[in-house]
Amino acid sequence: MADLKDRGTVKVVDGRFQFKGKFHYIYPNTPIRDENGALKGVTNPRDMTYIHMYGGEASFFNSLKDGKLLGTRCENPKCEHTGTIHVPFKIHCPDCLKRNTIVDITKIAKKSATVHTFMVTERTGAFNTLEKPIRFINIEFEGVSTILMSYLPVGEPKIGMRVLPIFQTKNPTFTILDLAWVPVGTAESKLPEGFTFS
Amino acid sequence: MLGESVIHDRLGLDPLGNIGVKTGGATGGSTIWEAFKAVASGYSDCTLAMGWERMDEVPTDEGNHLIACAADKDWETPLGHIYTGYYAVMAQKYWQVFGKSEDSFRETMAKIAVKNRGYARMNPHAHGAMDITVEDVLNSPVVAHPLRALDCCLMSVGAAGVILADEKTAYELTDNPLLLYSSAGSHTLRVADRRDMEIPLLPNETADQYKDLGKRFLGGDRYPGFTGFLAARMAAYYGYRMAGITDPTEDLDLVELHDAFTISDIQTYEDIGIRPYGEGRTYVESGDCYHTNPHTGKPGKLPANLSGGLIGNMHAVGATGIMQVVEVAQHLWGRWAEMHGDQKKWDAFDRKKPSDWTDLQVKGAKRGLAISHAGVGSQVTATILIHPDHQLERRF
Repeated sequence: MADLKDRGTVKVVDGRFQFKGKFHYIYPNTPIRDENGALKGVTNPRDMTYIHMYGGEASFFNSLKDGKLLGTRCENPKCEHTGTIHVPFKIHCPDCLKRNTIVDITKIAKKSATVHTFMVTERTGAFNTLEKPIRFINIEFEGVSTILMSYLPVGEPKIGMRVLPIFQTKNPTFTILDLAWVPVGTAESKLPEGFTFS
Repeated sequence: MLGESVIHDRLGLDPLGNIGVKTGGATGGSTIWEAFKAVASGYSDCTLAMGWERMDEVPTDEGNHLIACAADKDWETPLGHIYTGYYAVMAQKYWQVFGKSEDSFRETMAKIAVKNRGYARMNPHAHGAMDITVEDVLNSPVVAHPLRALDCCLMSVGAAGVILADEKTAYELTDNPLLLYSSAGSHTLRVADRRDMEIPLLPNETADQYKDLGKRFLGGDRYPGFTGFLAARMAAYYGYRMAGITDPTEDLDLVELHDAFTISDIQTYEDIGIRPYGEGRTYVESGDCYHTNPHTGKPGKLPANLSGGLIGNMHAVGATGIMQVVEVAQHLWGRWAEMHGDQKKWDAFDRKKPSDWTDLQVKGAKRGLAISHAGVGSQVTATILIHPDHQLERRF
């Protein structure tokens, strides 16, 4: 197992990446044989650290730790659909291509978030970190044109159910998993570890 | 990165140009679309469209993760890393809105799995042949509620290829070429971003027929929402106009649809105009989608997925859309029994030919359609095959 202390980290300085540590670890291949011992192939172990940039969406993922849900809004008066709010983020308006304005929609979400549809699964793909069963919910908000996908760690989902956002403020991952939802009326003591209402 | 170059070289095609195509589940259909454009533009007189995939080279959970990477990796993939979940939310919405939460609708979904796995029994290439019942589907393990294991497509190893040529070259190569049209549509990577819009109409629809959709099906007035695929509708919209199709059920003799999940099969019936929005289930319930209508014993009006589809035959992602077109072509040539019934084929694929093997040739088939579909309906292609003696008048 790789020594995590050495694992690569990245900073951006003057618009350029600055790398520190190890970004890949080399392990030997092993042969793949059939039941008679004939060679059929080899395994190719890989341990690499990818660099993944959020671009203009970084403020969304950074604000979750502060208990804020951000969206974007087209404010171009000449746009046919001016005023349209997008969550997930759209950096530019898909109708007029002008840069959208980032807006805080936490209040709108607390007031109007409703389950549009949902599913429950006990099965996940590799690299899943959510506790099972996972309950996906797709959430609609008043005055928002999109329907956000997220998850419900407490309670059982129903279409039309009102939900409240919760945020991983204590140990953020800076991913979409820092945002989750609970049924209206859920006590703060029932929230998953690290999550708060604001 | 350049796997196509290896295959290209091995097939003796150097130094001709080649291009790798990557549109997820629609890769096969998109490959044909690219070949179609190469020939139609006059650049090429003869082009090979080939696709392949090995989905057995990782454990299933890693396979599910890799497929889930076809979703938005920032906003969606971390939520479980399981693509079936993204279809399960559509299944839930469709079932509650258009299925009116009825058990009978759930059974209709299951009938698709029974049909496609049953047809796969007659196909020596198939990976998922099974003789099962509706109860078997409804009792199979839950993958992502409400979708169960037998509602879901296979993860396969496979390859398929077709040759597209201009008319002169085609008749030099064969006495019996088929006419091919290919079109494509797209919609957002994330279902989340699909804003409410008017339904674009196909030639067999009128604006009036959807005015009361939200009244007939409570919550069904958001289009395409989580229940329709605009990309499939647009692929059909363009393809039907190219080929002169005014009513797919009347003008086509068979279809091969991208039945990744039983629910997306039903959604596609509506997107491509086989049934109006909200009424996809009736395509199955009427018996029209079968080779032989189970209610009347007569030929089905528009048989679907006689190959077994993605659920029964195979889903080797890069090959699937091409496999569908090959299967349609064999019906139009009247060669289905020859290509699926020959004992040597069954032996070659190490399959036991069932004692009740049935010839699924669609008698007199003249025209067929294949739908290739990616993501959660992010990219879709329509490939229409027509026997040259049975072309339609193009009115658009």
